Amino acid sequence: MKRSLQGWILVAALIAVALLLPAVLPPFRLNLLGRFLSLGIAALGVDLIWGYTGMLSLGQGIFFALGGYAVGMYLQLNSLTPGQLPEFFSLYGVKALPAFWQPFTSPLFTLLAIWVIPAVIAGLLGYLVFRNRIKGVYFSILTQAALLVFFNFFNGQQKLINGTNGLKTDTAQLFGMMVGHPDMQRALYWVTLVLVLLAWLLCRQLTRGRFGDALIAIRDDEPRLRFTGYNPTAYKTLVFAIAGGLAGISGALYTVQSGIVSPQYMGVAFSIEMVIWVAVGGRGTLIGAVLGAVLINYAKSLISEQLPETWLFIQGGLFLLVVTALPDGLVGWWRLGGVNHLLAMVGRAPRLATYPDLELDPDRLQESQALSTQASEARPQPGDTP
Amino acid sequence: MDLLYDTLFNGLAIGSVLVLAALGLAVVFGLMGVINMAHGELMMIGAYTTYVVQNLFKTGPLESLFPIYILIAIPAAFLISGLAGLLLEKTVIRRLYGRPLETLLATWGVSLILQQFVRSVSTAFFVGLLVAVAIGVITPLVSPPALWQKRSSPLLRTGSWVVAGAIGIGLASALGQVMVLDTPWFSARNIDVTAPEWLRESISLGSLNMPTARLFIIALTAVCLLAVNRFLQKSVWGIRIRAVTQNRSMSSCLGIPTEQVDALTFLVGSGLAGVAGAALTLLGPVGPNLGGSYIVDCFMVVVLGGVGKLAGTLVAALGIGVLSFVIGSGSLLVVWPTMPVALNELVTFFATSSMAKVLVFALVVLFLQIRPAGLFPQKGRMVEA
Repeated sequence: MKRSLQGWILVAALIAVALLLPAVLPPFRLNLLGRFLSLGIAALGVDLIWGYTGMLSLGQGIFFALGGYAVGMYLQLNSLTPGQLPEFFSLYGVKALPAFWQPFTSPLFTLLAIWVIPAVIAGLLGYLVFRNRIKGVYFSILTQAALLVFFNFFNGQQKLINGTNGLKTDTAQLFGMMVGHPDMQRALYWVTLVLVLLAWLLCRQLTRGRFGDALIAIRDDEPRLRFTGYNPTAYKTLVFAIAGGLAGISGALYTVQSGIVSPQYMGVAFSIEMVIWVAVGGRGTLIGAVLGAVLINYAKSLISEQLPETWLFIQGGLFLLVVTALPDGLVGWWRLGGVNHLLAMVGRAPRLATYPDLELDPDRLQESQALSTQASEARPQPGDTP
Repeated sequence: MDLLYDTLFNGLAIGSVLVLAALGLAVVFGLMGVINMAHGELMMIGAYTTYVVQNLFKTGPLESLFPIYILIAIPAAFLISGLAGLLLEKTVIRRLYGRPLETLLATWGVSLILQQFVRSVSTAFFVGLLVAVAIGVITPLVSPPALWQKRSSPLLRTGSWVVAGAIGIGLASALGQVMVLDTPWFSARNIDVTAPEWLRESISLGSLNMPTARLFIIALTAVCLLAVNRFLQKSVWGIRIRAVTQNRSMSSCLGIPTEQVDALTFLVGSGLAGVAGAALTLLGPVGPNLGGSYIVDCFMVVVLGGVGKLAGTLVAALGIGVLSFVIGSGSLLVVWPTMPVALNELVTFFATSSMAKVLVFALVVLFLQIRPAGLFPQKGRMVEA
């Protein structure tokens, strides 16, 4: 009871901050915040598959970029008069719109494509891999290889998708307004905020109850779950597809707010960065994933403006620090009583409820029980993967 | 016929670079199960070592020996990369055995740090770093031991490192005011290593043109493979390494020093990465991003070959090399000019090196569907439900 209350207060506080910030921040910073919030959706997906299910995917960039490309193609087509082709096609001597561009003239199709296409591809890829019981580091390497396949494909196909230059969206028209216009960006910030909340609620629902328990069981001991009569492949495929869909939505939102979608979104580094957002925020805690994505990216943009050379050092240091010293991430550390540990180190340990005290005061008993179960629940396994 | 030789030679050339790059990874990942994402950066260190050695030989008393500097650069690269790898094992990876995904993230962090390090290292930077590390290490040695046994000691330790870091940064920026000390040693640009004359020629055999640099790399690969194989099969430490690979706890019970074995394995694997880096300098300019372009390929080779088998690594790398060349050069069209239009278009579609990579990787992923454990799976009776 106490824990969920704490969680809700935290969420309410965060929402309040997010609601207030547009009034305070200049448009440029607000736009950045909107982008990073949309990255939080992808981070939620990573948290689902890594934090809860124990599968480290290094290929979330595929689904992120696919969502981005879907919206990018729609915006390219939407700002043309009938019969016209997007500008870059003329550079490569393409006369007719390639067939796979056609459906993206429809806004409804695009809205579906943003999350259905990545989810379906993730589901297919996941099914192929999970069916063979490939897991652990092999899964990570295969997802990375898949990422490279997609990157090379999108990077090399000038005539189909403008190759390495990507698709620009900031000068495109949407609802009769330029996408890059500050008013539009402000509206997109609100859209992002709402979608982050929805994604969070979805993930929260998924990670509770039997489905969530099955995910955690896969993370902690997959063979045992299999021997109990469950089929881990189905769960893993489903959750990987959901994470793919979330990444797609995230990519679409990120694209419209940053003004371009390019194969760089499928870079090897970017997909690994997604993992580190979750690790810093706290794997296995949903709010941590969003917080990690926003905080790290905000820090990145601030530091890169001032001292561009130091960012890689700081980022590398973060990877090392989180893995060795803070395996539960910031939120996990907080939930596991990290503050009390710190206080105990300087000789100010909180007083524990002792036995007679518990007898006299039933409320204390409940509270201490809640504390101990929460500690055992929230702790992600250090050696969770074989 | 010419085309066949051409394909074989070029495939072998591409494949041998892959073998060399993946060999160290096969040792580290195959034998220890450690995912070392910094492997590419260890290669980069080898390449930069070669550059430094070359500069030593360019002028001064050693100038007359310039034609054979590469023979000194390769062992030097092995040593420096190996030591860097050893340091990495002792400081980071040691804490993470049995947690492969965490190792992956940590070594990725190390790779970022190494990349930026070679970009921005200058004398001022280096002195600052040395001083900071020295202060951090020495502090607990010179202060009263009682200070480090309290409950609050971890905090104190963190604090001392923060102070040491601050002193280092302060010193570095103070020294950085002097222009000479502030110039980066390598900078972010690619470095160009001049190969000796005899490695810039080529030997013609019929219509086949074989650059000596490629031949040298093929020979170097063969030597490295044989040496590693002999080391693992015959030497005492090689046998110990294989024993630990098969059953760590049993080896430990039988008195094999597993910690030393781990360190040695990592040193050898990292050293081989260094040799690969040295070889890569013969093929063109190298830069701080060298590692990134090889790391995924290397992992694919190891996974395709089957973990823990050198033969698998060799076959997989050569297979990928030949296949990439055949697809990327579109030489199927030359063999079979009258193929149907649809097929022709398909072959042309994939006839660039990046699209060839797309197809090869897709094929590898498909292949792993049939043989999930790779070409040469390790036989065993372990239940991996």
